[in-house]
Amino acid sequence: MAFKHIGKNFTPPDVRAKVTGKAKYSEDFRAEGMLFVKLLLSPMPHAIVRNLDASEALKMDGVIDVLTADDVTNIPEPQMPILTNHPKYVGDPILAIAATSEQVAADALEKITIEYEPRPFVIDPLKSLYPGGPDVHDSGNVALFRGKAESYKWTARDFATAGDDELPRGKPQGEWERGDVDAGFANAALVLDETFVVAGHPHQSMEPRSSFAYWENGKCYLHASSQSHTFNVPDYAKYCGIETEDLILIAEYCGGGFGSKGTAYPIATIPAHMSKKVGRPCMMRVTRAEEYFLGSRRNGFQGNVKLGFSEEGRLIAADIYVVQQSGSNDSFPDYANAGEALSLVYTPEAMRWKGIPIATNTPPTGAQRGPGQNQLACVMEPLMDKAAKTLGVDRLAIRELNAPTDGTTFGGRDNTLSSAFLKEAMSQGAERFNWEEKKNESGQRKGSKVVGIGVGQAFHPGGSSGFDGLVRIAPSGKVHIHTGVGNLGTYSYASTSRVSAEVLGCSWENCVIERGDTRRHLPWNLGQFGSNTSYTMSRTNYAGAMDAKMKLLEIAAMDLGGAVDDYDVGDDKVFSIADPEKNLTFAQAAQRAIELGGKFSGEEMDEDMHAITKASVTAMAGTGLIGAAKDKYPSNGLPPALATAFIKIELDVETGKYEVLEYVGTADCGTVVHPQGLEHQIRGGGVMGIGMAGLERIVYDPQNGLPANIGFHQAKPPSYLDVPAEMDVGYVDLPDPTNPVGARGIGEPLMGCAGAALLSAISDALGGVYFNRTPVVPDMIINALADRPQSYKTLEVSSQ
Amino acid sequence: MANDTQQVLTAHTGQPAVFEEARDPVTRRAFIKSVIATGAVASTGGLMLTGLSGCSDDATPAAGSVERLVTLNINGKSRPVDVLPNESLAMTLRYKLGLTGTKLACDRGECGACTVLIDDVTHNSCSTLTHSVRGREVTTVEGLEQPDGALHPVQQAMIDELGPQCGFCTPGQVMSGVALLKNNPSPTREEVREGMAGNLCRCGAYDHYLNSIMRAARVS
Repeated sequence: MAFKHIGKNFTPPDVRAKVTGKAKYSEDFRAEGMLFVKLLLSPMPHAIVRNLDASEALKMDGVIDVLTADDVTNIPEPQMPILTNHPKYVGDPILAIAATSEQVAADALEKITIEYEPRPFVIDPLKSLYPGGPDVHDSGNVALFRGKAESYKWTARDFATAGDDELPRGKPQGEWERGDVDAGFANAALVLDETFVVAGHPHQSMEPRSSFAYWENGKCYLHASSQSHTFNVPDYAKYCGIETEDLILIAEYCGGGFGSKGTAYPIATIPAHMSKKVGRPCMMRVTRAEEYFLGSRRNGFQGNVKLGFSEEGRLIAADIYVVQQSGSNDSFPDYANAGEALSLVYTPEAMRWKGIPIATNTPPTGAQRGPGQNQLACVMEPLMDKAAKTLGVDRLAIRELNAPTDGTTFGGRDNTLSSAFLKEAMSQGAERFNWEEKKNESGQRKGSKVVGIGVGQAFHPGGSSGFDGLVRIAPSGKVHIHTGVGNLGTYSYASTSRVSAEVLGCSWENCVIERGDTRRHLPWNLGQFGSNTSYTMSRTNYAGAMDAKMKLLEIAAMDLGGAVDDYDVGDDKVFSIADPEKNLTFAQAAQRAIELGGKFSGEEMDEDMHAITKASVTAMAGTGLIGAAKDKYPSNGLPPALATAFIKIELDVETGKYEVLEYVGTADCGTVVHPQGLEHQIRGGGVMGIGMAGLERIVYDPQNGLPANIGFHQAKPPSYLDVPAEMDVGYVDLPDPTNPVGARGIGEPLMGCAGAALLSAISDALGGVYFNRTPVVPDMIINALADRPQSYKTLEVSSQ
Repeated sequence: MANDTQQVLTAHTGQPAVFEEARDPVTRRAFIKSVIATGAVASTGGLMLTGLSGCSDDATPAAGSVERLVTLNINGKSRPVDVLPNESLAMTLRYKLGLTGTKLACDRGECGACTVLIDDVTHNSCSTLTHSVRGREVTTVEGLEQPDGALHPVQQAMIDELGPQCGFCTPGQVMSGVALLKNNPSPTREEVREGMAGNLCRCGAYDHYLNSIMRAARVS
């Protein structure tokens, strides 16, 4: 299929504003009479607020009001509250204060007296699982995503049996099994049995989640930093305590999210509640330090994985147990995703997964780019190397032998794939990297530098379906493509909008993307998270544009004679295939749609669309030709996002530091929609992966529950100098059969494969030292080189 | 207050005995000890974090601070503005002069998002007192575009190479690139990498920013 727009580069409409400083993020808006809101944060890791006295603060000049948990919508635990009387981590917001200046608000916070009743707290999940160990939530320590909390305790015997260096394995929260696992291990030529830790690490979006709100005529205008748009409107309305139609969400630009701004987060509505109370616009500037509390982080893992291989390196059996460090809110299911990813990427013939997420008195966690899948990649890829080297098999060959194909089934329910080209991605990457020659450099020594060669792979689901597409052809002839997906910064909101232009055969210059503000009549779309946009929104926009196209053809047949099939669209016209001179311009057709009314101009519409879409269509009814439809195209299996990475490092055996000299990332994301945007994702994911594997972790003082790294300097997002000056990219570009343009998503595994490849390269440089711990930092490398014990216990988390 | 403290703590001595036998009960005991030691039970207020460079449109001055009218040279224009003694240039630009292109991401000189030029040299405007730039030429990202809409070569290159992802660090990256090319019009890629190293980008768009600066160097 030859495309006019798909697969071509273009200038996304929002990039000029980004380079000129005109792009307005949440903290860039102002309003007459605006107040500043500051938060009072818990100094304790776990406490109950017994008494709160703000009277002295309220007497100060310029202080307008305070807001406490009693003033805002109650969100029941274990979900994140807006404000709380039961702080569950150091940094949990208890109270907000509004003043005419931020300095006054900050000074006033010091006048507030609070009596806290401390409660036992827990940083290490295993300590919560001890008999009698502390629970973060009133109702327990296992809080399921969007669910309730229950208390799980393991027995003293569970702990005693394991000893200090093995994962105790009591009752899991979830489990599944496929095939005969025990028989698989019995038949294996090699069995690896490994205990591992993956540190949680913060999202560190460059834009702190400042928000700004005011009320006019009963409607709340909320400027929140949001990856997603329409998908978050119902939750934000709920948090504000109003009906969906009374919330105007403005989120045209988002300064990075990586999962942390994918769904609505309650604290964004603090200025809305304050503004309602005081009757003035309120700006809440979130500081960088606060962002480390409020800005989410990846779930940490403590776990064990047992792998049984045949002599050739085929993975016969796998058994994994994941204990997840979930922070103080309901748990994103990273621990379950890790099991699914193991089953899908390495296709073990038999497999068992068990897992449990444990709440800890640390800040709320959430989905971060590849939640679970990327931790799993960092655990598994070095172990695939270990198996390959032990069995004398090539490191690429063992991966190829176990890679998924179109017919692969995986997980506890024999799930299937829509298509999979991981092998193709890997062989393309190997060629670009020149693996065959480069692998011979492994362990080569020059002075104090030793070469390491690494390879990694990763997966994330890459799409969804069932959302609504919406286009309007105006009497001017312009095609307005309405997208409610959000603008995370990947440009996929724009590249998937080009699918509408593709279907309508119109020039891109004739298209206008309507987005970023509820008042622009947006349809119900999935959020911009989970590597789904390229797949989901290309289907969605295809559906909306096809509806418009059918209406164009009907109008042409009606007015110009003949049947619908006699007409086609192109060059901003609907024309007769036999005689292209017989045509209507889009402008003429839109005018006719208005005259015809009914379904043509949005007075009537498909009932199966979401209420939000229907409201948008109704609002625009009679203003042009309206195309609006729900994506009901068939699906067949999970559309995967798959990626591989190759890395060459030089590791200094005297300092434990290394330099990443070469990077090649390759993607299997079906048909490429936007090459430049894809290249950005491959490289950017690579940078984040290098951070995950070598730099980033949360660190807590286990005695007092205090965070040790709440600044960029300590939390270490990678800089220009931590990554190669040039990063090479490639992509398979084979179509997925379940998407009308062949596209699948890709964003997330591009990070996991890079992190895994770096860990693989470090282990390679060290001649086969496998840390079973992420990140690997220089002091670990030095200890390993000097044959000294490491400074941490095998299962220790967050404290080294 | 001492009695209150006692009562609160008493409520926590009734843990199940089995907890005391668990592998590492130190954490809980150490915590309670530390609470007693610091008297944190009746804590006043909350966690205090970073300093503030606060100001607002209708500022009520904080105790002991008074705004003074100064005239600044911003993007070639003379701009009179009332400034607090402790006010950062970033806050003056953003909250008093309407120049919100300069972004605040860390407010402590770690990330470069607030980079502006002062007499053609890059500065973190979050960590520069506004009073210190009197009589000096300040250039922000808004000062690069020509009145006819023509962009600075660095900006144009960032469009052509699709430099930004989310765009939040972009104004700072642009300003660092502009300053770098003023000093070194034909840099090597490695020199640009070193020169830009103070500007963090969480999206990891470094390669694309480097391509942009190298392109700008070629065309200008």
